[in-house]
Amino acid sequence: MNSKSVKSVNISTFFLKIFRCQIFIPIAALLLLALFNLIVDPSFYKITLGYNSAGDPVLSGNLMTILDYGSELAILAIGMTLVTAASGGQDISVGAGIAIAGSVVLRVLCGTNSRPDTLQAPIIVAFLISCVVAMLFGAFNGALVAYFKIQPMVATLILFTAGRSIAAWINNNELPIISDPTFKYFGGFIPGVPIPTPFFIAVICMIIMALVLKFTNLGLYTQAVGINESSSRLNGLNPAFIKFITFVILGLCVAVAGLIKVSRLSSINYSVIAKDIEMDAILAVALGGNSLSGGKFNMTASILGAYVIQFLTTTLYKFNVQSDALSAYKAVVVIVLVVLSTPVVREYLSSLGKKLKNKGNVKEVG
Amino acid sequence: MPFGKKVQNKFKNITDTNLLLMITIVVFFAMYIGAILFQGKGFLKPQTFFNILNANASLIILSCGMSLVMITGGIDISVGGVTALVSMCCAVYLDFHGGSLFVAILIALAIGLAFGLVQGFLVAYLDIQPFIVTLAGMFFARGMTTIVNTTPFNVANESFVALKDTRIYVPGFGSVNKLGKYVPAYIEVGVVVALLTVIILFCVLRWTSQGRKFYAVGGNSQSALMLGINVRKTKFLSHLICGLLAGIGGFVYFMHVGSGSASHASGMEMNAIASSIIGGTMLTGGVGNIIGTFFGVLSLSTIQNIVSSAGLDQAWWTGITIAAMLCLFLVVQSVVIARKKKTLKNS
Repeated sequence: MNSKSVKSVNISTFFLKIFRCQIFIPIAALLLLALFNLIVDPSFYKITLGYNSAGDPVLSGNLMTILDYGSELAILAIGMTLVTAASGGQDISVGAGIAIAGSVVLRVLCGTNSRPDTLQAPIIVAFLISCVVAMLFGAFNGALVAYFKIQPMVATLILFTAGRSIAAWINNNELPIISDPTFKYFGGFIPGVPIPTPFFIAVICMIIMALVLKFTNLGLYTQAVGINESSSRLNGLNPAFIKFITFVILGLCVAVAGLIKVSRLSSINYSVIAKDIEMDAILAVALGGNSLSGGKFNMTASILGAYVIQFLTTTLYKFNVQSDALSAYKAVVVIVLVVLSTPVVREYLSSLGKKLKNKGNVKEVG
Repeated sequence: MPFGKKVQNKFKNITDTNLLLMITIVVFFAMYIGAILFQGKGFLKPQTFFNILNANASLIILSCGMSLVMITGGIDISVGGVTALVSMCCAVYLDFHGGSLFVAILIALAIGLAFGLVQGFLVAYLDIQPFIVTLAGMFFARGMTTIVNTTPFNVANESFVALKDTRIYVPGFGSVNKLGKYVPAYIEVGVVVALLTVIILFCVLRWTSQGRKFYAVGGNSQSALMLGINVRKTKFLSHLICGLLAGIGGFVYFMHVGSGSASHASGMEMNAIASSIIGGTMLTGGVGNIIGTFFGVLSLSTIQNIVSSAGLDQAWWTGITIAAMLCLFLVVQSVVIARKKKTLKNS
């Protein structure tokens, strides 16, 4: 054996380590997409400094769009990761939940008149009320899952169908419009800051979540419940309550995303707002390399996954794919990802990798 | 033996399937009688009942497939998307290419089979959660529908319109209209297909060994494996049949509406799941009955009819009522399971 082969073994173990790292999947996907765009059309990365209608400096370009729209997805991905980890299922009612939360915000801000000249309540009050409502709906889902032991996706299917109807009902099926410019800040730009506000909101959410995971046992407990519910119960945890609490946290995330969504339009369209976003949120979790059947999770990877999804969406839009047809492409991505992460395929791939490695070693020795 | 104890013993002997089936049938009749009492004579006309069948023939077929998958312990939420895709593809083929009806039916079956094959393979042989697979299937089907054609349009193909307008008069039923003329009640071709599906599937599930295998796998796949049942093949078959039925149901839906549109059958998967659950199929698998599913569809559509004839015809009310009903039945199911477990423990 000479030093050369030792070095090559070192390199191969190094690569194996990288491959095993969970965050590798979203980063690899991001690099792949970035490279693809660079080759096909470098102007994809152009960022221009312009002025919006209010005369404030604003950065625009595809990357800014990704930062902007990816942020609301990242917020949802935070909650979805926790729910996935604890209950081994996903909440498919987040889109409907956003419609409800947004509808509540508009209802409080507008009062009885659907086209008010001034705001009827401070924005913070409206936001807090919508938080409470969204958390209540989260609690409803959580109670069905945790205490009635219904599969998460079926339990949330209830709100998935009824949610948009409830949202329309909250506002008597009217379409309130808010003319106050300060309401636009949350989904647009704060005067003088050229970076979209949703990004800052997402960063705040991430910091709060990071602090919660660091200083409380939430992360540990959710993973314990997800890995083995009965053994976590024998260790003195309350699995039902932990599942319940993850759904409530997701409700909070939904309320934040709902505020951003309605702020973008200053209005709401019940059947279109946050359409198919549940698919994106699940995709973000899957792309982060988290197991969709519960257990260990990696929050950073999920958040990165959310931005990658938005990168993919923006790229597809660039190629003139219709917004309705987007879901077909994303479905293919989901299936490919999920198939790659199944044990059967993984075993096959790893045995293939070992074979290749053995071949290389044999060559070097010879 | 005191009377109370006797009743209790009888109650204990009832299987989950029969108990849930009884609840469903009672709920349906209670609801229909309530509708007759409170909504006036409209519900007394035979044609009202047959119209419910006509409008929901495709839902019956889809729910049968859904029940089969749920009995085997899985779920399929792609059926609504497949229905939309089938009707769009058939509409484009019949209208733009002037194709024949026979080939259109073949297209419908092929699309359904393709979805069933792929989803069944992914679920059964790669062990992926059925919900994830079929959610992706649903989004794929919806996306493909818009890729095939974006604008909704009516089909004017002659042989298709003839088939669509075929009315089969039911002897012995009918009503006298306002002019005093006797109008016989009729059903559409789709209803015949739906009833045939119900009967065939019921017989297969009850009297064939393959049918019993579906129950065994859904009840406890581990012990089914010990009994020598090919669990993977059974799961695969259930998804395959569900896909095929989605194809058939899609064509029946297309026959009823006679147009292609990307927004067709939206929320249909939800209705199919709801009617299966109302019909007494357990989400956990192993429990269910096709007859119950049939009554589940009828209950669901009766409640829709009541809502719309009560003047609450805004679209959101149907969504809310269906969700509320689904929620109720889900909770009833979990309570039934919990009680059963408790009595088993006590004895």
